[in-house]
Amino acid sequence: MIEIGTKLNEKVFYVDRAMLKAYADASGDQNPIHQDEAFAKSVGLPNVISHGMLTMALVGNYVTQWAGGAAAVKEFSARFMKPVIVPADEKVDITVSAVVSEVDGDQITIELSATSVGVTVLGMSKAVVIK
Amino acid sequence: MLNPDSVGRTFEGAELVTVTQSQIDAFCAVLSESDTSVAPPTFAIRITLEQSHKILSDPEIGLDWTRVVHGDQRFEIKKPIVAGDMFKCTSTIESYKVSDGNEFVVIRSDLNSDDQLAVSTWSTLVVRA
Repeated sequence: MIEIGTKLNEKVFYVDRAMLKAYADASGDQNPIHQDEAFAKSVGLPNVISHGMLTMALVGNYVTQWAGGAAAVKEFSARFMKPVIVPADEKVDITVSAVVSEVDGDQITIELSATSVGVTVLGMSKAVVIK
Repeated sequence: MLNPDSVGRTFEGAELVTVTQSQIDAFCAVLSESDTSVAPPTFAIRITLEQSHKILSDPEIGLDWTRVVHGDQRFEIKKPIVAGDMFKCTSTIESYKVSDGNEFVVIRSDLNSDDQLAVSTWSTLVVRA
């Protein structure tokens, strides 16, 4: 039964440098801050950071899996709060959870949150799905 | 600084953008998504962010793209994207403000196929002071 306040199961995704390269190629966003450690540090970042849109795409995947397919997703939004830092030769977590905030017939709104190493990386994130 | 005259302006992409199955497959592969019949909900960014980049980097508009970070992002999906879709991308600079020296630009992009709106995206881009 889906009702306001229903919690969705948490899911953990892992991001590493190879995934950043794959996302850069798939999305066309080749900004070196997502691939080149020396460059990232030269512009004041602590290390290579994930594309915010990769984080959002993974959260989108969480929504899609729950909704039963990408075709069910009508709206999806998020604010990028903090960067996901991806050191070389490490996998960092993106931990996603959600709660149902509105039910209107078969249209369901969920509020999402995503953290990486305990830090909130996506905020004010919402999806509207038909389920 | 952004040229204030550009706020409210709408720009039409010069050419139709065709979505291919291999583009959807590559995007899905990164997400370990096995269903590639429909593009993932954020796939449209592949088209709209490139258009925004082109528009805002124009010297007449004046945005310093090297200092841009993504502030927030929203998608409204009227019709899911599938391989073979051919889109005209129309982008509008919806708003612009400066706060503590940071510039905030909201750019909306509409993907239309045969004059039918499929996806709208709103990106807030922040030019760091």
